[in-house]
Amino acid sequence: MADAKVIPFGEEPRSRRKGPRQGRAHRAQGPLKPVPQQRDEERDQQRPEAAAAATAAAVPPPPPQDRPGGAGGPGGGWERRLAHGLSFLRRRVTGEYEVDDFGYDEDLTDQVLMSLLRPMYEKYFRIEVKGIDNIPDSGGALVVANHSGVLPLDGLMLQVAVHDHHPAGRHLRLLAADLVFMLPVVNELARKLGHTLACSEDAQLLLERGEVVGVMPEGFKGIGKPFSERYKLQRFGRGGFVSTALRAGAPIVPCSIVGAEEIYPMIGNAKTLARLLGFPYFPITPTFPWLGPLGGVPLPTKWTIQFGEPIPTDGYPPEAADDPMLMFNLTDQVRETIQHTLYKLLVQRRSVFF
Amino acid sequence: MLVTGVARRLGGRFVRRIQREPDVARVIGVDAVAPEHHLGGADFVRADIRHPAIGKLLAETGVDTVVHMDINGTPLGGRGSRTSVKETNVIGTMQLLGACQKAPSVKRLVVKSSTNVYGSAPRDPAVFSETTPPKSLPSGGFAKDTVEVEGYVRGFARRRPDVAVCVLRFANILGPCADSPLAEYFALPVLPTVIGYDPRLQFVHEEDAIEVLRIAASEPARSTLNSGTFNIAGDGVLLLSQAARRLGRPTLPLLLPTLRWARTALRSVGITDFSPEQIRLLTHGRVVATNQMRETLGFEPRYTTAGAFADYARSRGPGLLPPEALARTVDRLAGLLPARGAAQN
Repeated sequence: MADAKVIPFGEEPRSRRKGPRQGRAHRAQGPLKPVPQQRDEERDQQRPEAAAAATAAAVPPPPPQDRPGGAGGPGGGWERRLAHGLSFLRRRVTGEYEVDDFGYDEDLTDQVLMSLLRPMYEKYFRIEVKGIDNIPDSGGALVVANHSGVLPLDGLMLQVAVHDHHPAGRHLRLLAADLVFMLPVVNELARKLGHTLACSEDAQLLLERGEVVGVMPEGFKGIGKPFSERYKLQRFGRGGFVSTALRAGAPIVPCSIVGAEEIYPMIGNAKTLARLLGFPYFPITPTFPWLGPLGGVPLPTKWTIQFGEPIPTDGYPPEAADDPMLMFNLTDQVRETIQHTLYKLLVQRRSVFF
Repeated sequence: MLVTGVARRLGGRFVRRIQREPDVARVIGVDAVAPEHHLGGADFVRADIRHPAIGKLLAETGVDTVVHMDINGTPLGGRGSRTSVKETNVIGTMQLLGACQKAPSVKRLVVKSSTNVYGSAPRDPAVFSETTPPKSLPSGGFAKDTVEVEGYVRGFARRRPDVAVCVLRFANILGPCADSPLAEYFALPVLPTVIGYDPRLQFVHEEDAIEVLRIAASEPARSTLNSGTFNIAGDGVLLLSQAARRLGRPTLPLLLPTLRWARTALRSVGITDFSPEQIRLLTHGRVVATNQMRETLGFEPRYTTAGAFADYARSRGPGLLPPEALARTVDRLAGLLPARGAAQN
């Protein structure tokens, strides 16, 4: 816990006050660019298929990894991309694509949804990923990450990080709160992105199928904590994720995300309003709800995602999953690992925005 | 063997199929109305299972296997009210089970239930197994009927441990001549859906349904067990939007209250009726695990979910937006564009 005193948090409020203005001054267009992107996304949410099809028809989504190299100049690449987009459109309009039991639409996620999130990942938050090799190339694994930032952008960015950077091209299957599946449109997109409800049944089934499952055990306590408590890990639920990993024999990969805490500095919580709307919290930030939709633009912080050494769980006897002492110990181990990595990354960080 | 609910198409087909089994000597079909289709030489007894007469019938004929298929969500032929359907489902099952309990000759009971027992709610796990308790019990309608029916069947299994009881929870049955409510829904020219939700659906082909009923109603094959509760569904999942595209029917996204009005309007015109639990299904969807069906019951469905749906779609003819035509349009576009690209170069 001595590490806790090392962090130079004294400067934080100043940089917070200055930060946005500074950031905007230094990069004239940078932070503003993703705004239309977001609006695009909102429109897309209304009718994901139509918009997806429109995107595919107008500008075929360029998959940055396999950009055709020397396929006969730029014209050839353009044509190939167009053909690619058209074949995608053909699959979509005829319904000839596969969806798994959880509603994960790999085709749509790879071609459209990831391309929509990628600019935010690469240009806006400029995310640096470390230790991606700690996620195994095959078999189930449980990625346990800290949760912050009022809106669960950290989960989506984590998904892009694994999708774009893992050498074996693995897909992260996130476990989401039940609120996600109660909201119209959001539930549809979440299912298509491969998310499922955070319950032991679904998690275990996914792990047994050999998927990489992502979980943020802090839940609403983590994402909705006030700005003054940033980077202080909250309680890790009841440690259910550990027993699920033990039952499936899947390694636990601790993951620390730095930068997401500052995207919406939550300085207040309108609890009455939250209760009226049925949300766990209603954030009040320096810009939201005062500036209306503009207040919904996250601050362009610089993120780091660090995956830690996997903690093996296959050495335990089968009855270990019902041993509460072991559960608490393992939960604490994971929690401490994430907390210490967070502190280390914070000390290394030069500034919130660069 | 006694089969209830033979006036429905599925019941009739099952009766015709089961008579070809070598160890089935006599099949008695029971329903409150005479079937329009032939039963292939089976005896038909017109009896209402809601009345105690069914007990007399069981005692007189000395049947050893009872297949209870008269559990349905909608009235037969569009006539009859929800109340009478509920009575047939619940009171009919109670009467039938009471009669079975008094009949010492009964050795096997097969009940056609539905995956409706799991309900459909956003807080439920994505995939239901036979042991998953539903988070929110269905508050009414057919879903509640099935929950109650299964409760009575469990009580019967406790009181008569010598009877092999098999409860088959079918996903939505589809096929060229299925008359399930979902089949009627997909026959609408424009499919009303709920804005912001794209449910996951699972289907069983009617041939698979009949085959699994046959397995459950006969002696178990070696190393399998055909008593217990089993989910019956084809492999894989279709999203409603995907199903609509494969069928070539446009969807009409509506707000949930508007959908309820649309339902009332459609019902008053007499085209179709989709019940509240069907709206819930079309909102949240439902997927069940079928490991038990494969491993314990030893049944491999011939049709996947997509296969059953394709077979259904073939039998219904093209919709307003046939997928082949759309694919041709895209292909034509693809044929044009490189030419334009070359011209630009």
